[in-house]
Amino acid sequence: MTHEAGLAASFFQGALRSAGGFIVVFAAFLTFLAVPVRSDDASPGPDATKSIDVTIAYLGKSYAEVEPLSLVDKIYTDKGIQGARVGLSEDVRTGRLIGQNYRMIEAIIPETDDIKPKALDLLRSGVSLIVADLEPKDLLAVADLPEAQHAIIFSIRSNDVRLRNEDCRKNVFHIPPDWAMRADALAQYLIWKRWRNWALISGEAPMDKDYADAIRRAAKRFGGRIVGEKTYKFAAGSRRTDTGHQQVQKQMPLLTQGLGDYDVVIVADLGESFGDYLLFNTYEPRPVAGTQGLKAVSWHRSYEEAAATQMQHRFERKVGRIMTERDYSGWLAVRAFGEAVTRTGSIDPIVLRKYLLSDRFEVAGFKSQGMNFRRWDRQLRQPILLVGPRALVSVSPQEGFLHPKYLTDTLGYDEPESKCQQRN
Amino acid sequence: MVRLIVGFAVLISVCSQPAAAGTAFISNEKDNTITILDTDALKVIKSVPVGRRPRGMVLSPDHKQLFICAGDDDRLDVMDTTTFKITGTHETSGPDPELLDIDHAGKFIYIANEDDGMVTVIDAADGKVRGEIQIGVEPEGMAVSPDDTVVVATSESTSMAHFIDIKSLKVIANVLVDTRPRVARFTRDGKEVWVTAEVGGTVSVIDAQTHKIKQRLTFEIPGVRPELIQPMGVQFSKDGKHAFVALGKANRVAVISTATYKIEKLILVGQRPWHMDFNADKSKLFTANGLSNDVTVIDVATLKAEKSIPVGRLPWGLVIKP
Repeated sequence: MTHEAGLAASFFQGALRSAGGFIVVFAAFLTFLAVPVRSDDASPGPDATKSIDVTIAYLGKSYAEVEPLSLVDKIYTDKGIQGARVGLSEDVRTGRLIGQNYRMIEAIIPETDDIKPKALDLLRSGVSLIVADLEPKDLLAVADLPEAQHAIIFSIRSNDVRLRNEDCRKNVFHIPPDWAMRADALAQYLIWKRWRNWALISGEAPMDKDYADAIRRAAKRFGGRIVGEKTYKFAAGSRRTDTGHQQVQKQMPLLTQGLGDYDVVIVADLGESFGDYLLFNTYEPRPVAGTQGLKAVSWHRSYEEAAATQMQHRFERKVGRIMTERDYSGWLAVRAFGEAVTRTGSIDPIVLRKYLLSDRFEVAGFKSQGMNFRRWDRQLRQPILLVGPRALVSVSPQEGFLHPKYLTDTLGYDEPESKCQQRN
Repeated sequence: MVRLIVGFAVLISVCSQPAAAGTAFISNEKDNTITILDTDALKVIKSVPVGRRPRGMVLSPDHKQLFICAGDDDRLDVMDTTTFKITGTHETSGPDPELLDIDHAGKFIYIANEDDGMVTVIDAADGKVRGEIQIGVEPEGMAVSPDDTVVVATSESTSMAHFIDIKSLKVIANVLVDTRPRVARFTRDGKEVWVTAEVGGTVSVIDAQTHKIKQRLTFEIPGVRPELIQPMGVQFSKDGKHAFVALGKANRVAVISTATYKIEKLILVGQRPWHMDFNADKSKLFTANGLSNDVTVIDVATLKAEKSIPVGRLPWGLVIKP
């Protein structure tokens, strides 16, 4: 098209942005004139008698973020909430077509504050749909409030295995995969590759131990062998030291010696103290997997399958940064609430809960299949991405790992293994 | 020189079979090209570079022009279907155009703007914007009714089919269907709209008058995991008695009776059949197979897959000029 035509078109778009309503009415008479119609309100508008108001609360604390080892990774202090906001905008868009008005109360308090009074405020004001961006202790404090008995709490932050087992709660649903699901997703791939012998190196952070435990469990489940184990004691020489690489280049080969005949190094370093340094620095030329290297995640900036590209674009355009895993969980949680309300036409938490736990519920999250909740621990079933630093490597469950009901139930704690007492 | 030879070859093939020679256009999402295929010789004629991420395509009613959504370039490319040259672009398509349809007079084009939750309507001749209609999240499917009164758009994340009145460009009905609706298509008599749901794994047959779902088709294929059944493209046979539905990662095309809604046959094709179209006399159906990078040719009389032809990377759309 010509330059002039382009100008004309942008003029029209500008004009209709400033005078939307008038032009819509006007154009109904002049349909075939060149004046473009902008129909913002996708009527038929909400039927006032049927219209419902849906309130979701985003309850979180501004916990200190772990400082990434690599300067490539930026520290974001708004992970989760940004995803939830994008999810809300989608619920709003869907809702206005069928008379459902969605809003989200954002309640994010300082780490040192007590979460209970804030939660009580929300619950007493009648909010029963909660997206919880909380660490386990705070999550359980909220879940155990008598006022929260009938609430539906979507936990989007913690990967803790105990929250799905010993510490499970009837009112808590889990959106992100736990460490066990992630370790199993990775293990299936390593077995498929016939990389059965693993050297496990853990950091000293408490979560590193949890991750290492999940790896040991996965080895047992799928026939991996942990041929050697070490703990890395963090010392100086990490991020922001100018001469760091000399240290790294000497330390990492030492660390990866004497671990037996391993096919792959599995690293458990959620504290971000050494994991990224292992790549290309191992004593034997071996790949690195675990919390660095080949990782098992629910979302990654490189993921583009099953229309994920659209989600990445949409998020980046709205938020101005990449979408992180917690953003994905936040987005998915708000979408799952939206899906349940849209399909049931109800905001009664008892009706919604029943629907969320039924076979009819499914939420799409760019994993090319509908996802639903396991009834025994309310964990969201989902395929898990295996990603390298810059590209997708595979998606688990892997071919050949079978399950009579859901293939995704080969990941994590299946019904017979679950230690959750509060089942449905 | 090469171009000259190709041009000459086209000329010969056109001259030798004037009545039957058809041309298939296949959009290769990852290659940023359109593969051009002779539907009689079943040979690739050439591959034409277009805008980035080409997906949906539609022919003008006179078959002279092909409109191509170049999603990542936020524009439509217009191809001359005889010379295979890009003769123009419409940058008025709205952001991230994915699928589109054109009315039967060839006047207006209806475009789904996937990233923007919107349908953009442009004049086919000069690309001038006639209107924009806000619908649900991730619009995709687009179908103009046979009588040019209604256009049906689907939105993938909202899981709805939106019926839009063409005169007023107002949404007159929103129909909740199963998860991630992709393609909407009117039956030949205009009485029904078939909407495929990729993640839901179903087809909703909607009454075009009442906007009610009259039938919900589900698929069970022995040996195929349910999550691989991803209904996508839809085409109706010449006599209107059969619907062909591409089932995505199930690697099959389902043949469904439009009278009984029963699945009569499943035809194994290449991997992830997506969009489909018939040749001129509708004796053959062509499928674009995204994951095996080829096109499968199905014989409509015998319902057998006859041949596959390699094309570009991640073939998505397929349109045939009779």
